[in-house]
Amino acid sequence: MTTSTESQGTAPARREPGDVILQVRDLRTYFYTRAGIVKAVDGIDFDLRQGETLGIVGESGCGKSMTARSLLRLVPKPAGRIVSGQIILQGEDLVQKSEEEMRQVRGKRISMILQDPQTSLNPLYTIGNQLREALGQTHREGTRNMVQRAIDALRSVNVAAPERRMHDYPHQMSGGMKQRVVGAIAISCEPAVIIADEPTTALDVTIQLQYLRLLKEIQESTGLAIIFITHDFGVVARMCDRVAVMYAGRIVEQGPVRDIFNSPSHPYTEALIASVPKLEERVEWLYSIEGQPPLLRDLPPGCRFAPRCTEARDQCIAEYPSSYQLNPNHSADCWRLDSSWQ
Amino acid sequence: MAVADHIDDAAGEPLIRVENLQKHFPVTQGLVLMRTIGHVQAVDGISFVIREGRTLGLVGESGCGKTTTSKLMLRIERPTGGQIMLNGEDIQDFRGDKLREYRTTVGAVFQDPWSSLSPRMRVRDIVAESLVVNRSDMSREAMDERVAEVLEQVGLHQEQAHQYPHEFSGGQRQRIAVASALVSYPKLIVLDEPVSALDVSIRAQVMNLLKVLQQQFNIAYLLIAHNLATVRYMAHDTAVMYLGQIVEYGDTEEIYHNPLHPYTRALFSAALPSHPDLIREDIVLTGEVPSPINPPSGCRFHPRCPFAMDRCSVEVPEYKEVAPGHMTSCHLY
Repeated sequence: MTTSTESQGTAPARREPGDVILQVRDLRTYFYTRAGIVKAVDGIDFDLRQGETLGIVGESGCGKSMTARSLLRLVPKPAGRIVSGQIILQGEDLVQKSEEEMRQVRGKRISMILQDPQTSLNPLYTIGNQLREALGQTHREGTRNMVQRAIDALRSVNVAAPERRMHDYPHQMSGGMKQRVVGAIAISCEPAVIIADEPTTALDVTIQLQYLRLLKEIQESTGLAIIFITHDFGVVARMCDRVAVMYAGRIVEQGPVRDIFNSPSHPYTEALIASVPKLEERVEWLYSIEGQPPLLRDLPPGCRFAPRCTEARDQCIAEYPSSYQLNPNHSADCWRLDSSWQ
Repeated sequence: MAVADHIDDAAGEPLIRVENLQKHFPVTQGLVLMRTIGHVQAVDGISFVIREGRTLGLVGESGCGKTTTSKLMLRIERPTGGQIMLNGEDIQDFRGDKLREYRTTVGAVFQDPWSSLSPRMRVRDIVAESLVVNRSDMSREAMDERVAEVLEQVGLHQEQAHQYPHEFSGGQRQRIAVASALVSYPKLIVLDEPVSALDVSIRAQVMNLLKVLQQQFNIAYLLIAHNLATVRYMAHDTAVMYLGQIVEYGDTEEIYHNPLHPYTRALFSAALPSHPDLIREDIVLTGEVPSPINPPSGCRFHPRCPFAMDRCSVEVPEYKEVAPGHMTSCHLY
């Protein structure tokens, strides 16, 4: 490429890590069904620092969306329940909070952007109306001020002609535009954490890039922390500072994004990265992981990836591996990393 | 057509030749006194060649006419202009037996295996359907035999023929869809986003399966995808579509090494990197795809193009060969 227009793309800079604002410890969310106990989230730990983007990657049914919903205590009732663990947001444990107290957290301190903007906006109200509703959570002012705030919020997510757009209904907007509005609602109360659950899968590639850049800009100007839930390693490479790879309800590997891409240590991470076709080079044959993930209601006792792992031994099938630190920030759950493995 | 002529020299005999294909959908107003107030120019004069045993990748964003093109190829829609030539005959002229034969020559695999397979039919009936409809001369035993054979070829067991689609996972369902496209010995399979609804670890399985089948049976694919990496992995030739037109067309490796049209370059820039150190944003597009009802004058890409000149909004760029086998329509070249 010779010519370069607009800004040159920059890799996520290695920022100074901020303070830890969210700590998740041994979180377990189970569903009690007639067919058995579905262990959607089965003992996960991670930290989130201010201004950082953490990517949670995994396939459908690995528990990544349930992790997000658990953080907001929005697990479907009555079947689902957080059975144990702590979610410590700025020193307060969210698991212990009452429903009333949680209402002060949702949208204000942790907010969420969902996959499909079509279903997260109400089709019967105008965009302006929905923005003012969100803003009304924290700001109680006269209508005129609120309208102005809503217009400012739309402008902050690069919606053209926000004054006119205020009167539009969701169906009058394109997918990318709607997702911007959802973003504006999510940041309207200046939360500390945003959980983005596959926010760009419904968007086209060029629109996706616009949206990802917008999220980065917002993050840089406000210093909020983002949890990015995705199945796409490309989104991770583009957006995240740190990555947690989930498989069957557990985080099997986590670490800084470059460590994960350069030296994946869990066979699942390795296989997943190898099975994605590359844009930058021609590959003749892709590595493919045989088999399918286990059912969450019928998990094997040992490593959950063992049945599909090419290196699995008896030990892997019998016992869940402990977590090994590869460096202070990078860890993986795999017996292969044990000193006794030869 | 210049495009069609050139490709002749390259490997793989042309199987299907599409010339100046056009599909305009009327936009109407009123119920009784219905008037046509405009046309959606879904596909507007595209030409390409599908070669035997090769894959042509068609990339572009939603609304660019990829799916309409696939429907035209399958004769689900009738074009409003241009031709689709199979062995020198226009497929629009096919009737009766000839049309039934065409329907066995061309198969299709769609994006979502949850909605493309009937939940009320057993796998055996889903897979055999194209034989039941188009090969009435075949005996039931012969069909069962053929179904068992293709199920093995796509990596399923014969015994699974008696199960229903809900008993299978997404990857297996897509294998069933591939089996039903394969059952009538097709020469071409239209793959409309065949892996995008599948899980990451399953995608490679299905893509590898499709590659193996192509080599084994010399089937041509028309691969419709929005993921550029998938197209690079699967396709021999690539055509980039924007608002109903092909803006760049040629050998896949040539296009990926040397993308010329500003839209192609923007698409490449927008594609997500496979490593955090490979983020490269050459051209970032602003705005969205304009409406295909009133497409922009001149070059359809000019309102979003960072290199637009005065003539771009007036003059339609000529479609020309800029390197051997590499076509593009842009005033820059």
